[in-house]
Parts: sequence; C-alpha cells; structure tokens
Amino acid sequence: MLRRRVIPCLDVADGRVVKGTKFVDLVDEGDPPELAERYAAEGADELVFLDITAAPERRSTLLDVVERTARRAFIPLTVGGGVRSVDEMRDVLRAGADKVSLNTAAVADPDLIGRCASRFGRQAVVVAIDALRAGDAWTVHVKGGREATSLDAVEWAVESVRRGAGELLVTSIDRDGTGLGFDIELLRAITDRVSVPVIASGGAAGPEDFVAAVRDGGADAVLAASIFHRRVHAIADVKTAMAAAGLPVRLAPVAAA
Amino acid sequence: MTGSGRPRIAVVDYGAGNLVSIDQAFERVGADVTIAREPDDLDSPDAVVVPGVGAARPAMERLDGMGLTGALRPWLGGDRPFLGICLGLQLLFDASDEDGAETLGAIAGRTVLLDAAPTLPHIGWNQVERTRDHPLFDGIADGADFYFVHSYAGVTVGPAGDAVLATTEHGARFISAVARDGLLGVQFHPERSGDDGLRLLANFVDLVRAA
Repeated sequence: MLRRRVIPCLDVADGRVVKGTKFVDLVDEGDPPELAERYAAEGADELVFLDITAAPERRSTLLDVVERTARRAFIPLTVGGGVRSVDEMRDVLRAGADKVSLNTAAVADPDLIGRCASRFGRQAVVVAIDALRAGDAWTVHVKGGREATSLDAVEWAVESVRRGAGELLVTSIDRDGTGLGFDIELLRAITDRVSVPVIASGGAAGPEDFVAAVRDGGADAVLAASIFHRRVHAIADVKTAMAAAGLPVRLAPVAAA
Repeated sequence: MTGSGRPRIAVVDYGAGNLVSIDQAFERVGADVTIAREPDDLDSPDAVVVPGVGAARPAMERLDGMGLTGALRPWLGGDRPFLGICLGLQLLFDASDEDGAETLGAIAGRTVLLDAAPTLPHIGWNQVERTRDHPLFDGIADGADFYFVHSYAGVTVGPAGDAVLATTEHGARFISAVARDGLLGVQFHPERSGDDGLRLLANFVDLVRAA
C-alpha cells in the first residue's frame, strides 16, 4: 500500500537553510546537504528544497547545493524557487533533483506547466500554491507570499493539474510558522477536486497535526520545516503517531549509507 | 567480468532524467559509471543501465535519434547484465499505451495507465512483493518499501509472465520488477530508496561481477 509521506522542507537563502515566520524574519538553521543527510537517516520519505531568495545570479549557488545534497541523501529531492523555464528546470534536474516545483512563474505563465510536463513528464512537475484565507475562500499569493493575485487557490489547483502538474504543494500562509496546525479546510477543498497527490504545508506543531492533514484533509504527504530543524519533534515520532492512527507509513528508518 | 574489482557500468543518457543520483549510488556500492551517449559507448562495459522518467514515445525517439536502439539490442538477450529503471523497465515491454509507442519488445507485455489508482501519478514509497526469489533482492525483506514516481506501468500478456519478479499494488497490481537471466528491470527508483535501494544496486553489481 502506498505510504503517506513525511517531508522535511529546507527553505534555502544564499545556500543556507533558513526559516522565518509568515515568510519573513529569516533565521539561519544550517547547511542544506548536512541537514538532508540527517533527515534521510532519521526516516524522511523525501526532501523539499525551496530557494526562497532565488534570483538569476544565484543560479549556480542553487545548482551546487542541489548537487551536493543529491550526492549525500539517497531519497527523492524536490527543488523549487525561481525556476522560470524548461531549460532552468532541465538544469535543476541534471544537478540531481527528481522534481521541480513551480510557483510564481507558473502563475505568470501558466503554459510553463504544460511545457515542463511534456518535456520531463508530469511526475516531475510540482505546482506550489501559497494560499491566504479571504473569508470562505483562499487567494493565491506569489513571490514568496508577498504579492496577492486575483486567483482563487482551489480553482488554480484544478487548473494546474489540468495543465500538467503531477503533484501540488499547498501552503497556508496564515498558518505558516505559527504552529496552529495545517489548514484542513483548505486541504479538503483541494483534495476533493484533484486526483494528484497533495502535500500539506504550513502550520505543523505536533504529530497530531500531521495525522489530521492526511485523515481529515486528504493529503498524501505532509511537510514541515522548523519543528524538524529545531528537533521539537523527530520524524519517527510523527510517523509513529500516524501509524497509531491507522495511516500507512514507512516505519523502517533509512540510515545514511 | 569475474572477480572482485569495480565493474564498469554504462548508464545511458538520453535526456530522460537525473543521472547524478544513479551515478552516486553506483559509486557508493562499488561500481564505476560511464555515461553512454553514443553507440560505441555500449561496446565494452560490464553492464548497461537504462534509467529515465517520463513518456515512452519521446524516449524511444531520442534513443533512435542517438543511434542507441540498435546498440542496446545485444544487451537485451539476457546473456549480459542489463538493468532498466522506471521508464527503462517500461521500454523493455512491447508497447506503451501512454502515446502508442512501440518499445523494445524484450519482454512480452504492455505499459498501461494505472487508471484504477486513488491518486496519480503514483508518487511515494510502496511495497514490492516478490513472486519468486532472486539474488537481486538478497538481504531485502519481501514487501520492503521502495520509491516510485510514475503513472504508467507494465502488465503482462500471455505466457511471458514468468519474467515477473515482483508486483506492487496501487489501485491495481502492476509489475514492479522483472528478471530473465541477466535482463533485469525495476519500476521503482533504487537510487532513491535509501538503504534497501542501495542494497539492491549492490546485489546488481555482484551479479555483474559474477557474469
């Protein structure tokens, strides 16, 4: 049976792992390959690596960090942040990523999703959606959550999949870094409408939040950053709680070989 | 080759995916990787690996365009070690429903959409359940989790099901590993499957040494 995944996220700025609250107040939390190897050894099912200050001149730094990370952690790696073209996606995949997540560039140029999917397969294309609650709905934000768009998050999720996204990474901006738990209503609104895997992000505090995202939100995978970086909870604790709730998880840890 | 040295494994690069992790994983388990982009590159390695993700038709077109389809033929008879990974396994079957591509036809079967699946693509760790023992899985528990990322997978037709080595379930049961003599293929990504994945690649390297 397909396992529900627990995914540590490494937000990276200038080649270092950072974490802020609601996308600001960044704090240095370590070297990406080192953290990646630690997480692989602790049982992470996959890693997501978001270059949150991506700019063209930082491209080589990003590719170097991706390659060093891919050479140390024998688990899948998704990379996002600033990828705007098929050629840039090719470079990131060749550096050792398995999937690329598109966010701002996909909103600006929705055809990019289809172009990347037809070149690399839809399984390599993740569309990341940063959603801010607005009454009964959610609005898509771009540029690291700083800029609002007119897109409805649920409709954009449906359109992204129609255009070729093989997976969605759904982040609640309201919950990100707050420890208030994932936005279950947001997740449910999206998972009810799409058949691709949905990764829940933003707001995890304890193992029970991961259980709720999967059981109540319909998420296929759950992502968190600071609670793992700061060792508030171990990945194994989260998986044990998920297994106790009857969710299929991969319990055998993957040691760093 | 026979012995205990580092076998030379040619990994075919036809622009269909990440070679860094395959290269690194084989280095880790004691093999030397050379990247094969031309027919001559397939003349003298100890084994050939065809990796890849994505769709069958563009993959076949690229292999044809690079002149590699013919150069791969001598490696598909089972008398020399060959490992297809993900799309590299799918290409061993006769054809793909994905876009009607004719594939290499080394193992009877078709690649079909996993349309009974609760989610597609099938992304994540899933159990690989063996239908028989094989040295490729030495030291790996039956039902161990490996990492998958795909929407299509092989199903057999006719009596050729005896090449099947393992199956996995996602909505329906599909072929997750095949073996016929030295011709091997896995639908999952051993290079992304942690310790058990590295063990499987080490077992393949042992088979190459013994060949």
